[in-house]
Amino acid sequence: MAPQSSIRDTFFEECEDLLEALAEGLAAMADGARDTDTVNAVFRAVHSVKGGAGAFALTDLVAFAHRFETVLDGVRSGTLDLTPEVMHTMQRSADHLADLVEAARNEDVLPPDVSDAFLANLDQCLGAEPESLDMGDTPFDFAVIPLEFGDDPAPKEPAGHVIRFRPLQQLYANGHDPALLIAAVHALGPCEVALDLSALPDWDGPDALTPGLGWTLRLAGRESETALQEIFEFVEGLCELDISPLEDAPVPADPLPSVAAPPPPAPGPEAPSPAASAAQKPDLAAGAEAGEARGPKPTLRVDLDRVDRLINSVGELIINQAMIAQRLQDMALAPDDDVSLHVEDYRLLARDIQEAVMAIRAQPVKPLFQRMSRILREAAEATGKSARLVTFGENTEVDKTVIERLADPLTHMIRNAVDHGLEGPDARRAAGKDGTGTIRLGAAHRSGSVIITIRDDGAGLNRPRILDIARRKGLVAPDADLADAEIDGLLFLPGFSTASAVSNLSGRGVGLDVVRNAVTALGGRISIASVPGQGTEFTISLPLTLAVMDGMVVSVAGQTMVVPITSILETIRPAPGDLHRVGTDDSLLSIRGRFIPTVDVARSLGFTDPSARADFPLLLLVEGENQSQCALVVDAVHDQRQVVIKGLDSNYGQVPGVSAATVLGDGQIALILDPDAIAAHRAGPAATAAPRPSLFHADVHHGQH
Amino acid sequence: MTVKVLAIDDSRTIRSLVQKVMEDAGFDCICAEDGVDGIARFAEVAPDVVITDINMPNMDGYGVISSIRGGEINQSVPILVLTTESADHLKARARAAGATGWIVKPFDDETIVSVVRRVTGAAG
Amino acid sequence: MANTDLAETDLEFVTFSAGGQSFSIDIGQVREIRRWSPVTPLPHAPDEVLGVMNLRGSVIPIYDLAARFGLDRTPESPRNVVVIAMHGSQTVGLLVEAVSEILSVGRERIQETPDVRSDTARQTITGVITVDEGMTRVIDLAAVVQPRGKAAA
Repeated sequence: MAPQSSIRDTFFEECEDLLEALAEGLAAMADGARDTDTVNAVFRAVHSVKGGAGAFALTDLVAFAHRFETVLDGVRSGTLDLTPEVMHTMQRSADHLADLVEAARNEDVLPPDVSDAFLANLDQCLGAEPESLDMGDTPFDFAVIPLEFGDDPAPKEPAGHVIRFRPLQQLYANGHDPALLIAAVHALGPCEVALDLSALPDWDGPDALTPGLGWTLRLAGRESETALQEIFEFVEGLCELDISPLEDAPVPADPLPSVAAPPPPAPGPEAPSPAASAAQKPDLAAGAEAGEARGPKPTLRVDLDRVDRLINSVGELIINQAMIAQRLQDMALAPDDDVSLHVEDYRLLARDIQEAVMAIRAQPVKPLFQRMSRILREAAEATGKSARLVTFGENTEVDKTVIERLADPLTHMIRNAVDHGLEGPDARRAAGKDGTGTIRLGAAHRSGSVIITIRDDGAGLNRPRILDIARRKGLVAPDADLADAEIDGLLFLPGFSTASAVSNLSGRGVGLDVVRNAVTALGGRISIASVPGQGTEFTISLPLTLAVMDGMVVSVAGQTMVVPITSILETIRPAPGDLHRVGTDDSLLSIRGRFIPTVDVARSLGFTDPSARADFPLLLLVEGENQSQCALVVDAVHDQRQVVIKGLDSNYGQVPGVSAATVLGDGQIALILDPDAIAAHRAGPAATAAPRPSLFHADVHHGQH
Repeated sequence: MTVKVLAIDDSRTIRSLVQKVMEDAGFDCICAEDGVDGIARFAEVAPDVVITDINMPNMDGYGVISSIRGGEINQSVPILVLTTESADHLKARARAAGATGWIVKPFDDETIVSVVRRVTGAAG
Repeated sequence: MANTDLAETDLEFVTFSAGGQSFSIDIGQVREIRRWSPVTPLPHAPDEVLGVMNLRGSVIPIYDLAARFGLDRTPESPRNVVVIAMHGSQTVGLLVEAVSEILSVGRERIQETPDVRSDTARQTITGVITVDEGMTRVIDLAAVVQPRGKAAA
């Protein structure tokens, strides 16, 4: 069978849903759920993966799913106790099943010993009956409905067959038609058919409706008996049937003698409805009604490209609206002019359309969170710690791309929380805590952003040690006096790692700086908070969509640029005495009794055109990670507006200090600044460090960790 | 007249496969995604043959069979059961429940088409 | 760059001049030719990256082809045009002095790049074609835009 690749795609898409349902069901079972619905749903998920995988001859997947299913069946039927060990094996098996699906999707094969280990674990659950010895139930032994192959292993080559066939009531009830069976025999070769009326019931008797027709068929030719049995396979037990080779048994003239299969009890007279099912009387109409009442919310699967095309067009629509509005403004119409009002309506409509379109791309974070429970299990296993994941806000919806790009940083942070955050079971108990650590992963919407929190109940950050490491690595000056938040922020510096020995987990060579970069690339921010003895919490704040944002339009070195509103605390026009020079290049802003470093945006971008320098620059007070503040020097601030984000990556690449671009009302492109990146080499503790070349150059070397 | 097939399966993949194979063979194929949906569709479309999965949410394949066999219309329609198990006791159970025949997954195109032809008498 | 199955077939190139020299590019990569319009400069960009322009809603980088080959930047002139070309899914613009013609040649007329000293030329020119008034250099668009563009990150 060569199913179309689109059906293959369907299968893998469906697998995602099934694996999600599986993880969800197992999580519920781990929390104590034992209801039939939950257990059945889990069973069905594995069963459906197996069924689909079989259609694509994904043998590894089928074999593993089958064994998994056997264990689940044991749990379902109560023959297998759901001990914590069995529960654990099932969860790990679900992880492995996901791996097998992923491998199949990539047309990859997992090392057999990995699967073998998982299979062995499943067998262990089944106790004394290792299924490897029981091949009888292997579902894919083929030839169940054999095709007619001419090469029967031991052909007897009879001249033909005599078939005596008398349907019982149940045969008709099961939807069979004797005429079709006879026709099928006929199709095998020359055939004589004789009707046998000898068993017709007494029309006046109680069995008047019992079928009594029988047929004797004489089939010539060398057709194997197997082919004949195949025809009657479905009616076994539903008829009296005898098949014998023609030469052995001359066709008797008399009625059929008693035959092979003993007939089932005669059906009741009220045929064609068998008594048993008639008693239940399930009503079709009632079923139909139930169908309408139930029904999941109808959904439509749409190619992502189409949605993105729509989003792009809506983006253009918004730019177009902005251009018209700008022209109108230039024309200096009266504010209550009809055209102005219509254009305002246009703006609101365009916003509505945009929000509606964005909602199409929004997805709940649930599948992402579910994947994290697996990461947690693996990390706990690798470190010998005991940990549980508690998630909340799983139904919070976020842009699909944000979810996709969040997977890696989140994975790293969960590992990090287990590896560095949680203490070992003994240390925990010594501290009066539950030996099993808890990591809480949550999502929520807050004022136009999505907030993701990862909190562990571990020992909290070891600040003296962090500071010590940072000093040894030359990340801070030896005599620097840092506030707690500043010390915490050191964790995000490139190459920083608190693990004194390279453990299995942190040996992967990524630090929190990579996490921060990933979050920043999504237009988000990450911060850290920690209480000694109680744990550490990371908070990631992300935009709801990657397609639009509210921006402040500014001028820098003669160019128009956009600064994300979310980064700006306030706009300051400094009085002459507010800026204090430090050394040759730097200056500090004094504001409300504090000194805050300033960054000349033009200079940091390399646009050093002194002629374009404003005499009275404006300052944008921005907050970087970990509440460190900094003032960006720009030439002018224009207005605030929603801008459509256009990536630079696809056609060019990343640009230091710039997160993306947008198209202004006049059709010109304006760069969207990344204040964190621009401020980073000034903000926070690094300001006290020895002079470094530039943040941007440092970024290039990530590959070395 | 075109044979009308009602395919009931909770797996999107299997539904798509059955539908494609049936349509390639020149049959009409209507799909339903579980037993309850299947029974509702059965009343609407009056199929010439029903192909149903056994293990489904809401109502399983046995439920589908007994609803149809015990119903008011079209009770003796051929019903084929899709099953991943080839074990004889499962076939016997399906037959006892009133199934006309079965198709073991994974099926190949020819097998499923030939089984449908066999129970409907559709020309092939 | 071109499909080797088509050895017999004529190949078509768009030829243009940049820095006083003649260059050409496979016509299959050319999307359109536009008049020059002001670009938005990018910070920390290599010399030949003039900036980005808005092409119907897409942000595309504009390369000064002369500067890319180590020649002087293309002086501003109303005759200047931008060749919009695609390499894979990447769309870029090449600023050139003028577009000359469309050249249709047999594959055998493309000669390997003679041994030249300049690294840039070796890496970015796939061959040369003799034409009436001399020769034109066939550029490898991928090599022209890729390494430096990405390295800016």
